[in-house]
Amino acid sequence: MNRRQLLRLAASLPLVCRSSLLWAAPQSGGTRFLLVFLRGGLDTQHLLVPIGSDFYYRARPNIAIARPGQGEHAAIALDSYWGLHPVLEENLYRLYQAKQLALVPFAGTDDESRSHFETQDSIEMGQPLAGSRDFQSGFMNRLVQRLTGAEAIAFTDQVPLSMRGSRQIANFALRSVGKPAVDARQSALIAGMYANTKLAAAVNDGFGVREEVMKQLATEMSDSSRGALGPKGFELEARRIGHLMNEQFDIAFLDVGGWDTHVGQGAATGYLTNRLEELGKGLSAFADEMGPRWNDTVVIVISEFGRTFRENGNRGTDHGHGTTYLALGGAVRGGRLAGDQQAIEESTLHQSRDLPVLNEYRSVLGGVFGRLYGLNESDLAAIFPDAKSKDIGLV
Amino acid sequence: MTEPLTRTVARLLASMAVIGVAPGCSSTPPVPQGKVEPRALGPASHLAVVDQYALVDRITWGATSSSLQEIRSEGTQRWVEEQLHPPPDPPLPPAVAQQIAALSIETTLMPQRVINVAQRNHDIDKIVDEEQRKSARKDLGEEQNGIGREVATRMLLRALYSPNQLQEQMTWFWFNHFNVFQYKNDERLMLADYEQTLRVHALGRFRDLLGAVVRHPAMLVYLDNAQNAKDHINENYARELMELHTLGVDAGYTQRDVQELARVLTGFGVDRRDPATVAPPKFRPELAAQYTRQGLYEFNPNRHDYGDKQLLGVTIRGSGPAELNQVIDLLSRHPATARFISRKLAIFFVSDDPPQPLIDRMATRFARTDGDIAAVLRTMFESPEFVGSLHARYKDPVHYVVSAVRAAYDDKPILNARPMINWLNRMGEAPYNRQTPDGYPLNEASWAGPGQLTTRFEIAKAIGSGSAGLFKSEEPTPTERPAFPQLSNPLYFEAIRPKLADATRHALDQANSPQEWNMLLLSSPEFMVR
Repeated sequence: MNRRQLLRLAASLPLVCRSSLLWAAPQSGGTRFLLVFLRGGLDTQHLLVPIGSDFYYRARPNIAIARPGQGEHAAIALDSYWGLHPVLEENLYRLYQAKQLALVPFAGTDDESRSHFETQDSIEMGQPLAGSRDFQSGFMNRLVQRLTGAEAIAFTDQVPLSMRGSRQIANFALRSVGKPAVDARQSALIAGMYANTKLAAAVNDGFGVREEVMKQLATEMSDSSRGALGPKGFELEARRIGHLMNEQFDIAFLDVGGWDTHVGQGAATGYLTNRLEELGKGLSAFADEMGPRWNDTVVIVISEFGRTFRENGNRGTDHGHGTTYLALGGAVRGGRLAGDQQAIEESTLHQSRDLPVLNEYRSVLGGVFGRLYGLNESDLAAIFPDAKSKDIGLV
Repeated sequence: MTEPLTRTVARLLASMAVIGVAPGCSSTPPVPQGKVEPRALGPASHLAVVDQYALVDRITWGATSSSLQEIRSEGTQRWVEEQLHPPPDPPLPPAVAQQIAALSIETTLMPQRVINVAQRNHDIDKIVDEEQRKSARKDLGEEQNGIGREVATRMLLRALYSPNQLQEQMTWFWFNHFNVFQYKNDERLMLADYEQTLRVHALGRFRDLLGAVVRHPAMLVYLDNAQNAKDHINENYARELMELHTLGVDAGYTQRDVQELARVLTGFGVDRRDPATVAPPKFRPELAAQYTRQGLYEFNPNRHDYGDKQLLGVTIRGSGPAELNQVIDLLSRHPATARFISRKLAIFFVSDDPPQPLIDRMATRFARTDGDIAAVLRTMFESPEFVGSLHARYKDPVHYVVSAVRAAYDDKPILNARPMINWLNRMGEAPYNRQTPDGYPLNEASWAGPGQLTTRFEIAKAIGSGSAGLFKSEEPTPTERPAFPQLSNPLYFEAIRPKLADATRHALDQANSPQEWNMLLLSSPEFMVR
């Protein structure tokens, strides 16, 4: 079954909300936006190293990244106060030098539960923390609702909370892409069974998106022939996402797990370093795959919280508060740090253990969306209710 | 029960749509909700008049022809009673019992295996040649993967064939509640014992269950408490113990409580050295008596913080192992725990957003029975809310795969569970593969997205098309027995077909082969719910 047949099929289903089908034509030459969620709470002092803070080196006797020039695995200086993890030299640092990467330290949410799940959920919902919340309404979904013709997708096993809501958004995990066994006739029979059910839109979208993805990835899949990704498979996954966003999807979501480093996270080598390298390589592979469209692309990388500023008893770090966001893309005003900052001293820590949040995520993302899509105050209020958008000049 | 009452319930059940219609469209009729007025039904157990097929489909891992026959011959009440209080060693079909007995996890005890692998790892570190070292490490890793697969195989075989179906569902539920991830350190070697521990307590007292989990090496390693020591505090387990395992995140505890609980938990850990060859650590005389070593579990006084702690407004006197018992009592008997566990059980068995009155009644039962899990489940099963929810709970992938194989093969034992593990992997709910301590989500939205559904239809086709590798043994000389999924069986004609929507019947009528008919039935909206 092709897209046109599916549309015909959808049209023949009177009980389906047609507005919820997502394959309206995207605006050509439009902006591409990818949200990357690092689940588990990235230790951002490992990514963006406060090399100008003596306190940092006292607080982390075993796991600090050395100051630039001090040995083999020293940080790369961005300015006199901040440095980048050395493992990012070939990827993220290159983007930084090309002014396509900006970093936002002291970013995050006012949620202080320090619970992964509570904080991830509250961020993805993007609703005010006080009062009753709608657990079926995510801010990415509300963004898509404000944009005409935007085609959105989550490259995950499940539709993430941020993309749930009144607009049906499809998901498609790229880890396990295989040739579909259910043929067009069978797909139509199945869709027919669901025509009068609440799952009708999801079933139709699933078939539609599968067909699009298969078409787009046909060449790559026949080239590599092996569908399964290895443990270092994030780069390949990111390339596939780049390919699909270049050709097709305007707005996408991706999550990457494995950042909850309570024990033995390592200093400039070791577990967390390997994860950062994987991330850096993947993001730069994505940029590469986007080609010229990279100029119209914005990638925002977030995590639910940062980690304790001091190392814990096991050469790891526990759940903290403030984190660092990354903004990447040709459309980003990069090569700099953005947002409010302050020096990190013992006295400036949040609850004397974590980085404070000076750049609240709803304000920051609201500012980005406002600029990127020309959204007005009422649009932004619908996406992030009761939030004051704050333009920190990321785009 | 009077006859008119029976008819009332039957009518109410019949009015429930298996799958609702699209919400939010102006052209759609209102969604039938299947709400049952408690008053109309009277005070007796609502199970007395329930649709037996629907009940079996919910309380087991999926209805089969033989399970339906069982409840019919025993009667609903007795059947439910047996599920709530099952015999400890249920007779499995001999071919299944043999397969399980042949697994290495059944013959090698956990401590022995962990100590052995730790020693081998140690030896591998000493290999000078890098290639040799790498290959030895790879071999050992694959051996551990094999052990993880054995545990998954045992779990799936029991889910498919154990007469203690509710106990098996609850074992999965508690594993998910007290989740551990198989690829962290040597967890794979601990899974079999951990799961068996959960199975034993699955329908018992919550306090006993929690006490067993808190001391189990699988949990102590997974949430890093094995590393938590005086002056080397690790908060990980303390936080999740309150947030995910007992009180729930909104119970009002503070960061200070987390820190204090972490102090209580110091010194409770794991020792992977062989007690036969390693002398116990040395202690100051007054502490020596407190040192405990049972299997891999240890309490090490040298690592414990003996100061007093303030937890949830209660003073915990620094006294060693007794502190842990006090904390387990405090947490398992806290009213927030009764509510939190009741709600989660109702989510698993009733709906994404279970009615508050039901949760309240379950929580009251929890408190009155000192956390008797079977008693709380009985309160739920006998409620009008539960009966009204039958045939309307969306299956997560595990329920989907296990129920499909049960429906297709009933009590004919499969020879290989690997295809099932692969299907669960594709759908993102493979056994022991949830990396984070929250366990897999239980709500519909997580498993009913477009990508999930297309994958599910692919798997329906694999299961419907033939034996799909389920009857090909994995021994050195694999043998394959002929088997074809028998979905057009008494269960179908007596219980499933009468409830199918016209659209489903219409699609089934267009199947041009038995394989395709199977695929369509397993893909139907009616088969997505339990």
